[in-house]
Amino acid sequence: MKLLKELKYVESHEWVKVEGSKAYIGITDYAQDHLGEVVYAELPEVGATVEKGDQFVVLESVKAASDVYAPLSGTIVEVNEELADSPEKINESPYDAWFAVIEMSNPDETQSLLTSEDYEKICE
Amino acid sequence: MTRYIGNTNNDQEQMLKEMGYDSIESLFKSVPQSVMLKTNLDIPEAVSEMELVEKMKLLANKNCNLDDYTCFLGAGAYDHYIPAVIDHLISRQEFYTAYTPYQPEISQGTLQAIFEYQTLISELTGLPVANASLYDGATALTEAAIMACEATKRSEVIIASNAHPESIKVLKTYAQFRDITVTAVGYKDGQIDLDDLKNKINENTAAVIIQSPNFFGIIENIKDIADIAHENKSLLIASADPISLALLKSPGELGADIAVGDGQSLGNPLSFGGPYLGFIAVTKKLMRKLPGRIVGETVDKDGNRGFVLTLQTREQHIRREKATSNICSNQSLNALTAAIYLTLMGKEGLKEVANLCVQKAHYTYNELIGTGKFSSVFSKPFFKEFTVKSEKDVASLNKDLLKYNIIGGYELAKDYPELKDGWLLAVTEKRTKSEIDNFIRKAAE
Repeated sequence: MKLLKELKYVESHEWVKVEGSKAYIGITDYAQDHLGEVVYAELPEVGATVEKGDQFVVLESVKAASDVYAPLSGTIVEVNEELADSPEKINESPYDAWFAVIEMSNPDETQSLLTSEDYEKICE
Repeated sequence: MTRYIGNTNNDQEQMLKEMGYDSIESLFKSVPQSVMLKTNLDIPEAVSEMELVEKMKLLANKNCNLDDYTCFLGAGAYDHYIPAVIDHLISRQEFYTAYTPYQPEISQGTLQAIFEYQTLISELTGLPVANASLYDGATALTEAAIMACEATKRSEVIIASNAHPESIKVLKTYAQFRDITVTAVGYKDGQIDLDDLKNKINENTAAVIIQSPNFFGIIENIKDIADIAHENKSLLIASADPISLALLKSPGELGADIAVGDGQSLGNPLSFGGPYLGFIAVTKKLMRKLPGRIVGETVDKDGNRGFVLTLQTREQHIRREKATSNICSNQSLNALTAAIYLTLMGKEGLKEVANLCVQKAHYTYNELIGTGKFSSVFSKPFFKEFTVKSEKDVASLNKDLLKYNIIGGYELAKDYPELKDGWLLAVTEKRTKSEIDNFIRKAAE
């Protein structure tokens, strides 16, 4: 299982990369491995607002359809359009295949995110 | 009695013994005496098979049937010609089964048939993705409306009041439990009133729903309506008569995002109102929101062409709480019928059917007006169905025609009180010139 030290994590297997007031969101290597081949990602719309814990992305794999939850509250300011045509990127390179960028409305929420060590323990 | 349910006294005793009871009464002891039925059921005594067949025959003979009557009634269900071979093919036991085709390893024939059906519907409607069929035209229209609300995240739909009244009723029934607002748009000279539509469309409108040819038989200007809908970022749902699509531009070409309709016309008998099939086709963008099941083409591990149910992860049985539709079945045998019909007819054959409908309907219309007993109601182009105003009360006119073994038209005032004495007539390719001439003579009497 691949983990990046510089990223933050959520128990529900999302990773978060904070850049100023913005946060990039994707799913972890562990998650993509368990989902199997991802065939479709339903991404949110730019401009939509999300609350921490909201379901904001749906991933369809050959086995199932799974919800992805927003790790932080805020407004969607960008989505990764590339995933619409090549959802396989989520399997190939999960830490590059971000779904959306959230402009945080409550940056304090980042304090509840997990470090890579904490997350690794959860996955064991 | 043991003929149907093998539940003999012996069986009963054994079951009671197994459960630890000595009588039926003790088994039902917990049921209060006040709610127990203490008399026999109020149903007739059993009869012999011969008596039963006789009784059913008598009842059946009270119905008018298309072997003995000439039909000019349409209003959503049509008396088209059905090639004899259809019945033979769909009666093959491989197809004529109640089993649903989930398992690709044993259902390739059925899955391929549905795949072919989807492809034909897709070609007819001019939209790239069709599902394996829905219950009927009305449910297809309603499922499309729900899908549009889901896709646009809006909660209002606008429907043309000249769409099939039953479709409107089904839509309203579903809508009230899903918090969807349904607004009707009026008509002008039989066509949807574009000014009224422009006034009523707003930022909450998920979809504009129209029917073309509409309930009065008139062809709508789908392109203009699509433009109004799209300017507002709403979707256009167009319900269409599949036979008409052989001649008219497809809903997809004219800008519809979703095409729906009833496939009864495609080789399915009238059968007193069902079972029929609803078809639905969508743009690629809406593919994943499509209700029901879709059969897809794939290859097996050896590279051979094969068919499977696809996009299943969204189906109700897997993501039930997230499903936008509770449809978990399709009208497989009716869809197969439609596929065989379309294949037999071919492009040219279907065009010929459609063309004959147009010619015969227009001939009938002109001849009826020519009698002086009927007048025009609308002046817009129509396909195989049209509206006239009758001098005579429509209900009694229909009753008189029945005496001559003719099934007359639909009484429009039932749904449109403003169209008093409005008579909706359908003329299919099956009507011969002599049948039509005879009908006109009798109708003008």
